[in-house]
Amino acid sequence: MNPLPSSDRLDRRAALKWMLAGTATLMVLDRDSLAQGASAPGGRGYGTDPDLIKEYKPGDYWPLTLNDHQRRTAAVLCALIIPADDRSPSAADLKVHDFIDEWISAPYAGHDKDRARILDGLAWLDAEAGRRFGKKFIEANAGQQTAICDDLCREVPARAELKEPSLFFKRFRDLTAGGFYTTPEGMKDIQYVGNVPLLTFDGPPPEVLKQLGLA
Amino acid sequence: MPHISSAELKSNYDVIVVGSGAGGGQTAYTLAMEGVKVLMLEAGRNYDPMAETPMFQDNSRAPLRGAGTTDKPFGFYDATVDGGWQVPGEPYTQASNEPGRQFEWWRARMLGGRTNHWGRISLRNGPYDFKPYSRDGLGFDWPMTYEDLAPYYDRVEMLIGVYGDNDGLENTPNSSPGVLQPPPKARAGELYTQRHAKKLGLPVIAIHRAVLSMRQDSRTLPAKLHPNNPTAQRILAQAMNERAACFWATACGRGCSIKANYQSTTVHLPPALASGNLDILSDAMVREVTMDDAGKATGVAFIERKSRREMRVKARIVVLSASACETVRVLLNSKSARYPAGVANSSGKVGKYIMDTVGARLSGQIPALENLPPHNEDGAGGGHVYVPWWLYQEQHAGKLGFARGYHIEFGSGRQMPGVGTMSGLDWLNGGNYGKAYKQDARRYYGSFLGFAGRGEMIPNEDSFCEIDPTVKDKWGIPVLRFHWKWSEHETRQAAHMQQTFADLISALGGRVRQAPQKDGAKAIEPGGSIIHEVGGAIMGTNPRNSVTNQWCQTWDVKNLFLTDGAPFCSNADKNPTLTIMALAWRAADYMLEEMRKGNL
Ligand SMILES: Cc1cc2nc3c(=O)[nH]c(=O)nc-3n(C[C@H](O)[C@H](O)[C@H](O)COP(=O)(O)OP(=O)(O)OC[C@H]3O[C@@H](n4cnc5c(N)ncnc54)[C@H](O)[C@@H]3O)c2cc1C
Ligand code: SF4
Repeated sequence: MNPLPSSDRLDRRAALKWMLAGTATLMVLDRDSLAQGASAPGGRGYGTDPDLIKEYKPGDYWPLTLNDHQRRTAAVLCALIIPADDRSPSAADLKVHDFIDEWISAPYAGHDKDRARILDGLAWLDAEAGRRFGKKFIEANAGQQTAICDDLCREVPARAELKEPSLFFKRFRDLTAGGFYTTPEGMKDIQYVGNVPLLTFDGPPPEVLKQLGLA
Repeated sequence: MPHISSAELKSNYDVIVVGSGAGGGQTAYTLAMEGVKVLMLEAGRNYDPMAETPMFQDNSRAPLRGAGTTDKPFGFYDATVDGGWQVPGEPYTQASNEPGRQFEWWRARMLGGRTNHWGRISLRNGPYDFKPYSRDGLGFDWPMTYEDLAPYYDRVEMLIGVYGDNDGLENTPNSSPGVLQPPPKARAGELYTQRHAKKLGLPVIAIHRAVLSMRQDSRTLPAKLHPNNPTAQRILAQAMNERAACFWATACGRGCSIKANYQSTTVHLPPALASGNLDILSDAMVREVTMDDAGKATGVAFIERKSRREMRVKARIVVLSASACETVRVLLNSKSARYPAGVANSSGKVGKYIMDTVGARLSGQIPALENLPPHNEDGAGGGHVYVPWWLYQEQHAGKLGFARGYHIEFGSGRQMPGVGTMSGLDWLNGGNYGKAYKQDARRYYGSFLGFAGRGEMIPNEDSFCEIDPTVKDKWGIPVLRFHWKWSEHETRQAAHMQQTFADLISALGGRVRQAPQKDGAKAIEPGGSIIHEVGGAIMGTNPRNSVTNQWCQTWDVKNLFLTDGAPFCSNADKNPTLTIMALAWRAADYMLEEMRKGNL
């Protein structure tokens, strides 16, 4: 959760208690304690009736794919796409590459396509870095890595032979963003301030209405 | 009486209710609160929203960051258990593989059915919606008027709790005074749309949703709902006191452990159980209605899922409320030498005229909404406003090229990010990465608006379901085969929706990611995908061309009732569930009356 100071914000438990005062439903407060237990089942997907209360991490349900080198390459690319700045850490700091590994390893429709694209793309990065700088991608210096990414990041690729690598980059960037902005740090970065119980819903504050010309 | 095991089944009940969703929940509630002994049979497992709802879990704790999969199509945290477009071991088939000729059938196998995760949008049908044939010569009139159902809409709204306003717009009925709860304030994008939609003549008003914006008035409502029944009043007051008001956080589709929104499992079933008149048997998959020689229903045969044993149970009245198509399936599978086409099917209309809602969408990015000061827009876990159909007069004058209307639902704002929230920014910024990308994410977050049209489909001869001659499910029960076809009334409507959304996005100063489709067949979403399955056993005034009367009572078998969407003979643009509940309550009142009179 992302605690942001706000006077209209109540502690989650306090709010539940407040709203349910005098009712028989206080057992709901112990919901979080249900989160422990139950080891991850092996096998295919998580099925149609998984435990929704528990906390999961990549690898809990299906085996991951990336070997050590691929994983390090993915981490470097994550950090290039979403680097640390004064507001939040990098995607690599938040282990978004492990989420991407989970994603491309998932036994669901569509994920196999991402798997092929990401694995091919990671290999292409090494080939390209080798061709241009005589090194693996992760051994190249920041300027060299950036030079490669600059070629790939545009919506319309600079050269025809960059079409497939650019599609890889686009997909990898979307997955990196998906992994990053779903973490508490990422949500805080874009200033998502919800998921906290409120006593009242007051609509947009005056400064928002003013900016929209609705005040 | 309580949740029971099959060993605890009684030898006889007053009423068996098959299914525990909106229709089954309402039927069982009304009957049990009035002293009738009810057995509810539910194919899915028991489900406890108090313990099982992931209220505050953020996506970082879920597999794949909560993204939808074939196991959980609406995301990991969606409340659906053992359901989706496919249910393992319980297939259905399509008669055609031509494009546009399929019906996608969503099911949820759990106590409470789809009401655990539905969108809670609760709109009344209006007066025109009960007499569509009289207005434009298409489809069928209902064997009742809006005025017949209006008191039941009031009752359902008071019982479940619905927020909204009374705007008095055409064919968009007001509720009686004191019935609705106050609507939440509109969000930034909703307000901005409201202001600028005026240029196009679109009214943006408070939507009606089954969410408590304040606690229910447990002192006055129970007496209005159960006059002269102090026991029911006491039980209901207690149940209302156990529901909290919405705390303006968490998505309603996950369910609500504080009981602030309507789901059968938090609203209908607790008081019905507390009355002592309801037994619930879960994991009981009903196969057929059993009949006696006199042509009356005696009960049902079902498969106990855990033991795979077939069992039978008896009652004076059988109510099917298993979701429209599943109710059809049970009727058609109740086949015998005496009823070769299934029971209640002397008209041959069982399975005919299945309908969904017409759906099309378009989204855009609105520069005015960029870089807004951060603020909490979670709200009531769904929309706060909508656009009701506004072109009744133009349409009636034949100016639109399609016969029925649609309403517009919104998605907007700074909602909790999911995997796709920041995807594909390259259509806006040309493609970048690094610190510039992070800046762009901050800028664009919350600046997208999505519009979804929800329109009326006219029943047609080419959209129906029947029993597949060969395929059976894992319980050995023959499955449904679907036939589907949109008419031009629907496809043209879908194209009109997308054009309207594009115009609206321009009026907001925004840009669309994809141009609207001129070809309605490309704009329209596949049959079934809006999950407003109704029809298949339509009501009418004539036993020769309809399956039930206005009380949801089958013409052929007088102690057999259908209280889900199956008896709908039209599917107005208004989402169907509130009407399912109002019809179910009315049917249950009729059963009570007929039992009292000794007719049932
Ligand atoms: C994501 C989503 C959003 C929706 N949003 C809205 C909305 O905003 N507004 C709206 O009006 N509607 C909405 N709907 C539709 C709404 O959920 C349904 O109209 C409503 O639940 C219908 O109630 P029902 O009782 O007919 O069926 P269900 O709620 O589906 O209940 C049927 C029950 O019967 C059980 N059953 C089935 N077969 C058998 C059998 N053979 N034996 C025993 N039991 C059986 C099922 O397991 C199920 O529990 C939405 C649906 C979905 C999936
Ligand atoms: S938004 Fe309100 S009603 Fe919906 S789940 Fe959250 S608390 Fe419950």
